[in-house]
Amino acid sequence: MNKIAKLFITFISALTLTLTSITSSFAKVEGDMIVLGSAISLTGKYSSNGVHTQNGYNMAVDRINKMGGVKVGGKSYKFEIIYYDDESNPKRAAQLAERLIKQDGVHYMLGPYSSGLTKAIAPVTEKYKIPMVEANGASRSLFTKGYKYLFAVLSPANQYLEVAIDLAVEKNGGKPVKIAQAFEQDAFSQDVRLGILDAAKRTGSKIIIDDKLPKELNDMAATLAKVKATKPDVLVVSGHTKGALTAIRQIAEMKVDVPMLAMTHCDAAKLSKQHGKNSEYALCASQWHKNLSYKDKFFGGGKKYDKDFTKEFGYAPPYQSAESSAALLVFKDAFERANSFDRDKVRDALKATDMQTFYGNIKFGPGGQNVAKPMILFQVRCKGDKCENKVVAPTKWASDKFFHPIPPWSERG
Amino acid sequence: MDFLIFKAPMLMVQASLDGILLGILFALIAYGMALQWGVMNIINIAQGDLVILGGYIAYTMYIAGIHPAWGVIVSPILMYFVGWGLYKLVINKVVDRDLFISILATFGIAIVFQQLMNFIFGADVVVAQSGYGTTMLFDNSVTLPNSKIFSAFVSLAYAVALVIYMKKSKLGRAIRATAQNARAAKILGVDTEKVYAATFGINAALCGIAGALISITLTLHPYVGLPYTVRSFMIVIVAGLGNLPAVAISGMGLGLFEEFADYILGTEFRIGAVFMLLVFILVYRRFKLSKKREYLK
Repeated sequence: MNKIAKLFITFISALTLTLTSITSSFAKVEGDMIVLGSAISLTGKYSSNGVHTQNGYNMAVDRINKMGGVKVGGKSYKFEIIYYDDESNPKRAAQLAERLIKQDGVHYMLGPYSSGLTKAIAPVTEKYKIPMVEANGASRSLFTKGYKYLFAVLSPANQYLEVAIDLAVEKNGGKPVKIAQAFEQDAFSQDVRLGILDAAKRTGSKIIIDDKLPKELNDMAATLAKVKATKPDVLVVSGHTKGALTAIRQIAEMKVDVPMLAMTHCDAAKLSKQHGKNSEYALCASQWHKNLSYKDKFFGGGKKYDKDFTKEFGYAPPYQSAESSAALLVFKDAFERANSFDRDKVRDALKATDMQTFYGNIKFGPGGQNVAKPMILFQVRCKGDKCENKVVAPTKWASDKFFHPIPPWSERG
Repeated sequence: MDFLIFKAPMLMVQASLDGILLGILFALIAYGMALQWGVMNIINIAQGDLVILGGYIAYTMYIAGIHPAWGVIVSPILMYFVGWGLYKLVINKVVDRDLFISILATFGIAIVFQQLMNFIFGADVVVAQSGYGTTMLFDNSVTLPNSKIFSAFVSLAYAVALVIYMKKSKLGRAIRATAQNARAAKILGVDTEKVYAATFGINAALCGIAGALISITLTLHPYVGLPYTVRSFMIVIVAGLGNLPAVAISGMGLGLFEEFADYILGTEFRIGAVFMLLVFILVYRRFKLSKKREYLK
């Protein structure tokens, strides 16, 4: 090694040391700043949803700070978030959570994107007793581990499509239905599957096809051929955006006729945009829709949030952004009720949360999941070539009637 | 275990046709791999990622309002230069080193390509629409997407064209000579450096065609390249290097195997079955080759 290289390395090490000592002086509350930490997927395979999450967080931080911030002990504080890119990698996410807590001194965390990464981070926040409000980990197993510092503003994954089965039974005159299902092999989709199994048991319905799709697979032809041969009453597919897009493409190409098609991730997959009329009649589970009538004083209602978000980021907010914004509202509310920065007091305040946000009512169950908000179902409906998501269930917010059964392909233009 | 397929003969026909159409596409990717493996002795782990990149080229055309089927012409041309550039930048430094180094190098390329594609095209899953409709057979009980039939025909056409090119053209002769004995070819005046670059380019071009076809038949995502690498690796292992008909047959065989594994073992074992078959074949090959050591380097 030559002299310059040595000098360079010394310089870099010195710089790193200085930086670490600076960052470790960051505390939970700096001056009038409440510092939150989040590891989030800005690169890697979850990066698009990671960015939706980050935009949701940022939007809420801006809004809360502009509207007077968080009032604790008669003083007004502002939110600030330290982000790290977890590269969509659970191991990295857990490391970064440690780093946020131990080096950056963060005392309150916001969740990452996806159930898998939340699962990786939760043990770390639990170990250091750091309250974490998360908005993008819906897997049921997150809420059965007895975590005390984890709070999720969203409905758990098993609730995603349960309603769809009830709807199918209702349309079948209250008689049990035949269900065909295909789920990707990951924490989230498998939890959605468990929800369907519960619903099937409850209604006495029979599951005739139960396929598990490998993560790498982008071909469902075999599953769909089986569906064609066995003629179920309802087909349920959940496999993130890839599952939704693959299913619609191949259902249309193979002319698979099924009276009802229920899915997840339709809006994240931009289904109606990418597949147009072929995606019509698909029934999709969603955490949120702009047409819901929930309100709060920061964002107004869903429609206003939709407008403001679109203005700020140039695209309509998917529910991943809406729920992320709601997480900040929950934190603000908890800080103010706790009237303290003591972690355990904040945690107790979070536990007692009972509020309405533009995203929905929020109240945490014993496992930390949100029990106050139902899932909604929308159906893709097209007028000419323009397709839109119309809320069809629950009836309280339904803007359109649920269209059933799906007409056969021979009658669809 | 599920034996539904044996109860419904139409399902059998459907599975077989799906498998064969898909297999032909796999064979095209595998042929590219066999070619550059045979000529340069490099196992290209980035093969699948080149395929996906080719797909994104077709997708970009689709977004720009051009029919994605033109991708089967544009994509290979662009990908040829990508492959050529890749050779000049990285591969030429590892081409005469041992296999392990080249595997590492191409593995690195694969990661870089994935991240680049993620960066440029985003992590969303995308599809291009061909609008080709569907062919229905046997009173609508067997349905074949025309896009799959189109992709099989294009793959076959390119494969035939490539065979003729390799037989008749000067470069084709040079490539074959280099594959047989690089040093002798060099002595006889073949510019092996050029041959290598061209071979890698041709491989990338083949991947480009396959990618364009995948964009209209399946879905694209920056991180779904690896299964294509594994499949083509397996096809080449079964077929051997430099044997195009065998590559085609083993490609179709793999397509059929996958479809039937899906029906019989269950969808969750579909990719797993491919890996299992790979292990099985490698063990079997080792037995066979233990007598003919000279093939192994």
